[in-house]
Amino acid sequence: MAMDPRTEAQLIASRRQFLSWSGVSIGGAALATMLSRDLLAAGAQPAASAVGNGIPPGLAHFAPKAKRIIYMFQSGAPSHVDLFDYKPNLAARRGQELPESVSMGQKLSTMTSGQKSRAVLPSITKFAQRGQCGRWMSDYLPHIGSIADDICVIKSMHTESVNHAPATTFALTGAEQPGRPSMGAWLSYGLGSENSNLPAFIVFNSRDKEASCGQIFYDYYWGAGFLPSKYQGVKFRSAGDPVLYLSNPDGIGANARRDMLDDLSQLNSIKLKEAGDPEIATRIAAYEMAFRMQASVPALADLSDEPKHILEMYGTDVKRPGSFAMNCLLARRLSERGVRFVQLMHAGWDQHRNLMTQLKIQCDDTDQPAAALVKDLKQRGLLDETLVIWGGEFGRTVFSQGDINSKGPLGRDHHPYCYSLWMAGGGIKPGYTHGETDDYAYNVVKDGVHVHDLNATILNRLGIDHEKLTYRFQGRYFRITDVHGELVTPIIT
Amino acid sequence: MLSLSCAVADAAGSGDHVEFNRDVRPILSDTCFKCHGFDKNSRKADLRLDIPAEAFAKHKKITPIVPGKPLESEVFRRMMTDNPDDLMPPPKSNLSLTPAQRDTIKRWIEQGAVYQPHWAFIPPKTPAVPTVKNAAWVRNPVDAFILAKLEHEGIAPSPEADKATLIRRVCLDLTGLPPTPAEVAAFVSDSSPQAYENLVDRLLKSPRYGERMAIDWLDAARYADSNGFQGDRDRTMWPWRDWVIHALNSNMPFDRFTVEQIAGDLLPGSTVSQKIATGFNRNHMLNGEGGRIAEESRVDYVMDRVETTGTVWLGLTIGCCRCHDHKYDPLLQKDYYQFYSFFNNVAESGAVDAGGNANPVMRIVREKDDAGLIALRENLAAAEADLASQQSQIDSGQAAWEKSVTPVEWTVADIATFKSEGGATFKMLPDKSLLVSGANPVTDVHEVTLRTDQVELRSLRLEAMRDPSLTEGGPGRALDHGNFVLDTIEAQAVSVADPKLVKKIIFATAHADYSQPGWDVVGAIDKDPKTGWAVFGTKVTRTAQFTFAEPVGFPGGTELRFRFHYQTSNRNHSMGRFRLSLTSGTALPPDIASILHTPADDRNDTQKKLLNDYYRSSVDASSRDLIAAVAAAKRRLEDYEKSQPLTMVMQELPKPRPAHILIRGVWDKPGEAVTANTPGFLPPLPAGATANRLALAQWLVDPANPLTARVTVNRYWQTFFGIGLVKTSEDFGVQGEPPSHPDLLDWLATHFIAEKWDVKAMHRLIVTSAAYRQSSRVTPELLERDPANRLLARGPRYRLSSSAIRDQALLLSGMLVERVGGPPVRPYQPAGVWEDATFGTIKYQQGHGEDLYRRSIYTFWRRIVAPTEMFDTSNRNVCTVRLPRTNTPLQALVLMNDVTYLEAARNLAQRVMLAAGPAPEMRLALAFRTATGRAPTDPELRILANGLQRELIRYRADTTAAMKILSHGESPRDPKLDPAELAAYTAVVSTILNLDEVVTKE
Repeated sequence: MAMDPRTEAQLIASRRQFLSWSGVSIGGAALATMLSRDLLAAGAQPAASAVGNGIPPGLAHFAPKAKRIIYMFQSGAPSHVDLFDYKPNLAARRGQELPESVSMGQKLSTMTSGQKSRAVLPSITKFAQRGQCGRWMSDYLPHIGSIADDICVIKSMHTESVNHAPATTFALTGAEQPGRPSMGAWLSYGLGSENSNLPAFIVFNSRDKEASCGQIFYDYYWGAGFLPSKYQGVKFRSAGDPVLYLSNPDGIGANARRDMLDDLSQLNSIKLKEAGDPEIATRIAAYEMAFRMQASVPALADLSDEPKHILEMYGTDVKRPGSFAMNCLLARRLSERGVRFVQLMHAGWDQHRNLMTQLKIQCDDTDQPAAALVKDLKQRGLLDETLVIWGGEFGRTVFSQGDINSKGPLGRDHHPYCYSLWMAGGGIKPGYTHGETDDYAYNVVKDGVHVHDLNATILNRLGIDHEKLTYRFQGRYFRITDVHGELVTPIIT
Repeated sequence: MLSLSCAVADAAGSGDHVEFNRDVRPILSDTCFKCHGFDKNSRKADLRLDIPAEAFAKHKKITPIVPGKPLESEVFRRMMTDNPDDLMPPPKSNLSLTPAQRDTIKRWIEQGAVYQPHWAFIPPKTPAVPTVKNAAWVRNPVDAFILAKLEHEGIAPSPEADKATLIRRVCLDLTGLPPTPAEVAAFVSDSSPQAYENLVDRLLKSPRYGERMAIDWLDAARYADSNGFQGDRDRTMWPWRDWVIHALNSNMPFDRFTVEQIAGDLLPGSTVSQKIATGFNRNHMLNGEGGRIAEESRVDYVMDRVETTGTVWLGLTIGCCRCHDHKYDPLLQKDYYQFYSFFNNVAESGAVDAGGNANPVMRIVREKDDAGLIALRENLAAAEADLASQQSQIDSGQAAWEKSVTPVEWTVADIATFKSEGGATFKMLPDKSLLVSGANPVTDVHEVTLRTDQVELRSLRLEAMRDPSLTEGGPGRALDHGNFVLDTIEAQAVSVADPKLVKKIIFATAHADYSQPGWDVVGAIDKDPKTGWAVFGTKVTRTAQFTFAEPVGFPGGTELRFRFHYQTSNRNHSMGRFRLSLTSGTALPPDIASILHTPADDRNDTQKKLLNDYYRSSVDASSRDLIAAVAAAKRRLEDYEKSQPLTMVMQELPKPRPAHILIRGVWDKPGEAVTANTPGFLPPLPAGATANRLALAQWLVDPANPLTARVTVNRYWQTFFGIGLVKTSEDFGVQGEPPSHPDLLDWLATHFIAEKWDVKAMHRLIVTSAAYRQSSRVTPELLERDPANRLLARGPRYRLSSSAIRDQALLLSGMLVERVGGPPVRPYQPAGVWEDATFGTIKYQQGHGEDLYRRSIYTFWRRIVAPTEMFDTSNRNVCTVRLPRTNTPLQALVLMNDVTYLEAARNLAQRVMLAAGPAPEMRLALAFRTATGRAPTDPELRILANGLQRELIRYRADTTAAMKILSHGESPRDPKLDPAELAAYTAVVSTILNLDEVVTKE
């Protein structure tokens, strides 16, 4: 269907705001043209659309519960068997073959599809009940355990692909093939920015200290797909400029830059008057925002104003650039500044053959910062309006990869048929656990949540009807949930 | 909101004739066809409205459309009803119709509900060139079509752009680079009526043309220098990229350009070049992710070929049919997999199995005009000739040698002293062998001395012997298995009479009756301490013989000192028991000795060859050198050939792979079997044609194909005007946007075919039109009327591509290195970008010298992290024929702060300081003119001059900052120029390079 006119109006409003940054006055006709040009560039077509719905411009489809998102993407696939999906009965079945009636011949990755034995490897961690809600959680995640009552765990997630890149692409863009807009791009397209000095969609990458797994992050994980590229995630780097080319070059200070930009703006304004092309006004504005980013981004990344007790909350790693801990703290600072979508990409969970050693290391790396982020947002009163998500692209097999009876390394293979994920904050039911899997944590038996359902629910929390946030491309209207997605009502408030 | 779909807007006015394709189809397609269209699986109520026979037929007493009678037509009634249960489209679809759209449907039915097939699927006929009032404006038929529409709209075209603007525009469009001030001046002062056409002809002949046009094709072909996906390994496809540039420069007709790329390998007597061309269909990503099922990947690649071909030649979104019949276009899922079958027969596995490439691959050894290759081949031929010329002499020498050889007599040596550096102990056994025991160090050196009165010693024999005291019986001391590795033997001879006379013994040859694979005895006398002699698994005495380069032995007695090294990474690998013997004969390898024992007539061919080889390599010094020369020449040639690139190509399997419809597009869910064929709604393959890629390629460029020529000329139009006549250049299907000038599109398409697909002629036609030559200035009224310039009442004006912006900066600063083709280069990039993207596994090795200044088309394209200084590019992951054009702060940051642009600013500053005399205004004006093609106006020059004064004050006060701004980039700074002054000019030129006008094609 066509872009909803409410969204249209909102885009116009956000563009008005963009123009107002430039300080350049252009005629009404040019303004209107520019807006319509942008809308056309954005794929809006004068096609069938509802009119006269009485909803004032500038609002989302309905009242949002959350204003922004922090998505802690745990790449490589954390083991739900060892962390969230408590199956005490498995201990007695250690080494037994996984029954065919459970695995049902479902496809596996080629790393174990040829393995003769599929011996059950029970959780390698201990579970305990945490919080008032009494949810069973692994002792490998004590800090996340300490916020058990703040988070909602979905144990019945399931997805399509058995390989990392397609599954990750699917989780973040709603399609396995690269080329669709990622969720952050959809949201910046649909909701615009709350901060005129920062991009609406920012990405951080981190990985486990020991670099034990080989997951690589493709830029289409935060790409704009067929949306205009201004909606793509801006990757903040841990070394060098946080944003590529942000710093003035050696020999040009901030004052010199300001003077040069004044010259540039004057010269471009002369050109605008002469050529009449509204694109020139947009360019002047873009340079001005670049200048403001040069000031705002380093201030954002400067943690010297964070008190000691806050730094300590996130753990000792917080001062190491590129660590998950530092990125979690930066995510909080960005959320405070109204950045719409912060995507923390963290690699290191792909424990095929090193579960016994690496799972602990990985948990130690991420547990405290992730919990600290939720606590920190909460103590600032930001958690209610920020939706925090923690999860990977799929789960891991209950059976062992590698011979369970040998002394060799053991691990778990990829498992798309069920996995666990947690959320907290904006409009999500705290202390709630959703969905169930079978005795082997192998298949969903109750309240399955497909990736499309999750994404529909996330959009809903931001006040967006996932069926209405669409974009016309190659002759049809696309949305992040394709033609699927059901709102998961039990988990929302 | 404002509409620019003029055709639709027109139709909304009442009274006019309603035309199905223009006015009605877009409405039905958006709101009705999804459930009442082509796709049988999603069809509701068994009703389809896309074909008249069904729409006019009675369905249970109700007729959807009654021509002439809207009120009796169920379709119209359901559009107008107040009953939400009946309303169409249904409210829950989130679709709805505007009153104007309902009115259009009503009038269409009133006027008889005349259907038309989708415009793009009807073969184009050459339309009559329209007559226009202002005939003087028309330069070629293109203009007649443009002007006819403008006159209909009551809009006058814009005046021609001034000459400076025009030359810059056409240079950028045809070559991707701006003109120099001298070229601008020459053109401006050329008053001949053909000045512009002459300019165009010159540009079309420039090698820059192919480089410029290839960029668009590389985007379409998803060309990159790495595979994407996990690991993102490097690949070599640049020979294909160079093929494209060359084909474009040589104006290969588009039909041949097509056939060679789709099926060059299947052409009779196909050439290397035609095979390279087929790399088009190998440019897709390759998935090397661990655990990936190769066949699943292979299916992905075939699908990519189908969809890329569908987009590039047919303008069809055929990818929609992977899983189901097309919702809008008459494409069946079966059509998809029949098309798939054309590309399914490549000799490939789906794995990344040829280095970073995937088979089939071809090594590109240029047969001609490669001086290096020719010289190496000549060298080899000369060496072989030299050897041949000596043949008879060598043969007679060998015969004489064979007669002279006598068996050698070995004398077992009496060992005088022995010592282990690692502290092992020795015991002399009665057979004069040494048995080692005691400490068993990780590494060791055995020192052994012995005395002899023999002179003219020529060979040493080493027997590695077994002993029950050793692990597994020896002969070595390695734990568990009794092996050893002798990595080095050092030896010297000392005169007993005069101990000052010392001679180092050089070993010439080494032979053993057995060497463990990978541990040949030669390793004990070469200079490499990592190689050595080992005998793993042996259960008998093993004997090695070493010959000396020169005879050894002093009159009056000689002490021989040996040092046997066991110092490889293999622990405890020393010898356990050994015995040494000497002889004045030249020891022959045991197999050679045994051959010599065999009468000459009884030797078999293998034995003869071994003997010949031995004589030539080990006995006869002169033939040894000749043979070594041949071997060396051969090796150099092979090394050179191996250094030539491998490029991926298409190559058919002897027997086609079976193809099936894949259920829901899933690789391992085959359904009905299919064979290669073209989509059913398009013209068929010629009767009797073998349905293979060659037939497909020829079918694509058959004049009867309604799509290829239209799709292609539309892309050319997009190249020059920024937007195609069909805006959705990737989709000519029902859901694509109808052409703004349908007759012009058809005229161009049929003209293109009639002119034998002459690409340069088509480009020339477009850029010499009056439409193209208009000024791009826009009035508020025109902007309001036609914001996106679809009517073309003005010339194109839009930002250059990021690669063109960079190339321009390189050119006008004088840094550009122009050389067509070759391996990709790695220019400046902020530190750590590749490392960051790959978690340190792939490091960016920045190039130097010329590599920094090549055109952007040669920049290494890593799929997971595209070149950082580029923006609004294709991602080069999948086929892209239309690029976004945005305007963001991140782009501003690149142009302000990237080292390439700062270095360019400094070099341009330097150029104008040296070329324009001392007056600042002259210098600034030259810089401005170089960058924009025109002189600055007074107000512009004033801003620049004030800026210069300000920066001069700043940099004179802060010479450190001046030196810093001059430090960017690796090109040297002119030391004759005052740094503060050069710094100030650099800052101002940087501003110039950031001007909207400079980054824009006007």
